[in-house]
Amino acid sequence: MIRIVKYILLISFFILSFQKLSIANNISSEVDKISKNLRCLICQGQSVYDSQSDFALSMKILISKKIKEGKSEKQIYEYLKNQYGEWIVYDPEFNRKNLILWIFPLILFIFGGLLIYRKVFIN
Amino acid sequence: MKKNIFYLSVLLFFTFIFTIFYLGLDKSNFYKPKEVKNKNLEEFTSTELFSNKQLSSKYIIENNNFTLINIWSSWCAPCRSEHAILMNLSKKTDLNIIGLNYKDKKNNAIKFLDELGNPYSKNLIDADGTISISLGAYGVPESFLLNNKSIVIRKYIGPLTSDNISEIIKIIQ
Amino acid sequence: MISSHIGYYSLLLGFIISVSLLFYSIFYLKKNSQKINQNIFSLLFLQFFIVVISFLSLVYSFIISDFSNETVYNNSHSTKPLFYKITGTWGNHEGSLLLWLLVLTLFIFLFIIFSKKQPVKYRLLSIFFQQIIISGFFLFLLLTSNPFNFLFPIPNEGLGLNPILQDPALAIHPPILYLGYVGSSIIFSASLASLIQNNINKLWATHIKKWIQIAWFFLTIGILLGSIWAYYELGWGGFWFWDPVENVSLMPWLCLTALFHTVIVLEKRNLLKSWTLILSIATFTFSMIGTFLVRSGILNSVHTFANDPERGVFILIFLFSLIFLSIILFFIYQVKESNTEKNFFLISKETSILINNWFMMYFLSVVLIGTTYPIFLEVITNEKISIGPPFFNKLMVPFLILFLIFMALGSNLKWIKDNYKNIKYSKIVLFFICILISFYIVKKTSSDVLFTSVLGAAALYLLFVNIREFLSKNNNISQTISHFGFSLFVLSILLNSLFSDEFSANMKLGQELVHKKEQIKFSKIKSIDKENYKSIIANFEIKDDEKNITSLYPEIRIYNQPNILTSEADIKTTIFLDKFIVINLIKGEEIFNVRYQTKPFMIWIWISVCLISIGGILGVLKKN
Repeated sequence: MIRIVKYILLISFFILSFQKLSIANNISSEVDKISKNLRCLICQGQSVYDSQSDFALSMKILISKKIKEGKSEKQIYEYLKNQYGEWIVYDPEFNRKNLILWIFPLILFIFGGLLIYRKVFIN
Repeated sequence: MKKNIFYLSVLLFFTFIFTIFYLGLDKSNFYKPKEVKNKNLEEFTSTELFSNKQLSSKYIIENNNFTLINIWSSWCAPCRSEHAILMNLSKKTDLNIIGLNYKDKKNNAIKFLDELGNPYSKNLIDADGTISISLGAYGVPESFLLNNKSIVIRKYIGPLTSDNISEIIKIIQ
Repeated sequence: MISSHIGYYSLLLGFIISVSLLFYSIFYLKKNSQKINQNIFSLLFLQFFIVVISFLSLVYSFIISDFSNETVYNNSHSTKPLFYKITGTWGNHEGSLLLWLLVLTLFIFLFIIFSKKQPVKYRLLSIFFQQIIISGFFLFLLLTSNPFNFLFPIPNEGLGLNPILQDPALAIHPPILYLGYVGSSIIFSASLASLIQNNINKLWATHIKKWIQIAWFFLTIGILLGSIWAYYELGWGGFWFWDPVENVSLMPWLCLTALFHTVIVLEKRNLLKSWTLILSIATFTFSMIGTFLVRSGILNSVHTFANDPERGVFILIFLFSLIFLSIILFFIYQVKESNTEKNFFLISKETSILINNWFMMYFLSVVLIGTTYPIFLEVITNEKISIGPPFFNKLMVPFLILFLIFMALGSNLKWIKDNYKNIKYSKIVLFFICILISFYIVKKTSSDVLFTSVLGAAALYLLFVNIREFLSKNNNISQTISHFGFSLFVLSILLNSLFSDEFSANMKLGQELVHKKEQIKFSKIKSIDKENYKSIIANFEIKDDEKNITSLYPEIRIYNQPNILTSEADIKTTIFLDKFIVINLIKGEEIFNVRYQTKPFMIWIWISVCLISIGGILGVLKKN
């Protein structure tokens, strides 16, 4: 009984703490989202979002202009890839060139699963 | 036997990785966009620095055989040193040189040109830097050589050198 | 001047000791002696002592700002506060490598003291392998990265330390991280020794487990400190960027965590011998791979060290020599698995640990290929790509759901064979409750509701399972705390990413803006001159809908040497959320770029990692 009360208290504590939070969805948060996935050409270890270089600042303005023009997130990535090369996006495409990148972990996972299966069931 | 083959392939695998890493050491870790030749320059319109008129890039470019677009700014030190070369180029040839004034203050830009001379036939304002980005540039100074069909023949990242200038002269003649 | 001489000759002497220890250990191995000769003890102590001397003389050169020393000149400045002069010692490539050596020699010294119950041959072999690593690093230091190079003429002033490194969290981050990162070397040496000795058994597992737990504990705390630092100093509110530097610390961590679990199977059931050894060897190998990736400059990262291809070649050859050595030893000395190897049952603790390993290896492979694939692609096709957060999230998060569920179901199973009936219906009911709660929380957000709800539910479920475990009488306290910490960790990151909110604008002094329910007022600004920087401190007042005012003081620092601007965020942490504000100068204007963020449950991310590591260290303190 006490245990159930504890659970209920805990759950309500959790739910209550969400009353204060709300969600943003406007152009500036859209720009943030896109610029986090873009790599800055000036300070190359950082994303456009994190960087304060002139390049990154202008890039953010350009992104918001493109959004106002009605371009989708994907179209903006395509546009920038066309200008600066695939390097600029942090999300590598799934194509022949990057095939190993995407499927190597998955193959390893299947292989590992088979090993465990053999260990547990075959013996 | 099976075991030997297994160990041998493991050794081969690591040798492969070693080779890749070893070769990778020679590569630069800094990315520079590949220069795509014969790409169409994106159209843009902007305000002229002196006349305050709206101008479209298409109009400026198509009336001349060749156009050099030079991205510059009064606060950028390399632009200052590049300026003499541009002045020289504008005196020597009748090449249409267009300035794209990057993230600058109007007064500073005008003062800069008063002081060092004006090699540009037109000077367009790029106050927030977005035009430069849409052209595929990533810093100042940077220059694009175009033909009258708005096609980028050459792209120069960083200040123009005298070698670049002789190349430009060769192309336009 | 003199301190550099002392430091340099200490290093030389240390190398000579290392070589003589290599010979000594072989000599005594052949002699079949029953005890470890006193000479070896003395030499090990002397070696450690000498590296301490060398390290201290570098610290001393930093303290007195001896610019005749090239490392000091490159990384220090006379106006820097004393604390950062000292910590600057390991804030650079050469100094941090000296710290490597310090940890390497410390660990073998401690290992020999605390392994008295182990066979003599095994201990001698451990010394032998550790000395191979140590001598390699001595050579690396002496040949390519000597911290005691002289400069002449002596410069008057140093170049200064990068201001973002002048920070308390980052000052202690390297020593703690290295205790784990480099400490894993002893696991490497000890497992090669036990491979040759063929004493991989329950006893050995009990003995090596402590070292694994210690290295794991420090590695976890080290990564945490780096993350906290990135949160308030480097990032604009982010704490993990999937940057190569972070990834290379995560790889040994994943490996070590897998090992942490596997070694328990070896201890309790005498199973998985060769797998335990492979993981032991892999952990330190990943530390070395990380060092190679970061120090050679092969990858582009936020915080790179001064790059030198020569260093890259040296570490690369050294690293692969260690790998080849291990493979060859594996080939020569076959591991004999015990007969009970066949007794694996589906519903048992050992199978659930295997599943843990399965996922750990998957996560590891994602991090590994995500970090190194650009190198392969560039060498083979000459194209450059970037691999960042979207890639890692796509491949990791879906598997995280399964991982959490397995973790909740598997960790309390019995050894050898458990029963289906022990999986009660109440658990299924509990899981559905979790889905409902999670759905309720997530449904207001714009993200993929179904997916996020399931992830949240899995984490919540693990949380409840561990709370229940905690309340039950015969629990495994260290495991429960760690696993509870992990579920809390996933939950806080999830909620944090769902409910973080950001507002950015250009503001003038005195301006007031409204963002959602809050008013943000730029009320004051003042500038202060500090010892080695000038500081501009702004004051922002945030008024929420209940008229509570929070004052925040973000700062811009203009360091004089080197001349670098940094933005120091101001963060007000409460139990529910962090208010995070950072300002930036806009060139030539009187306005500032202001970024204000509310980041819920930030503190819970740190707390949960602390819980995870506390759970781990409790295992060391526990008496068997």
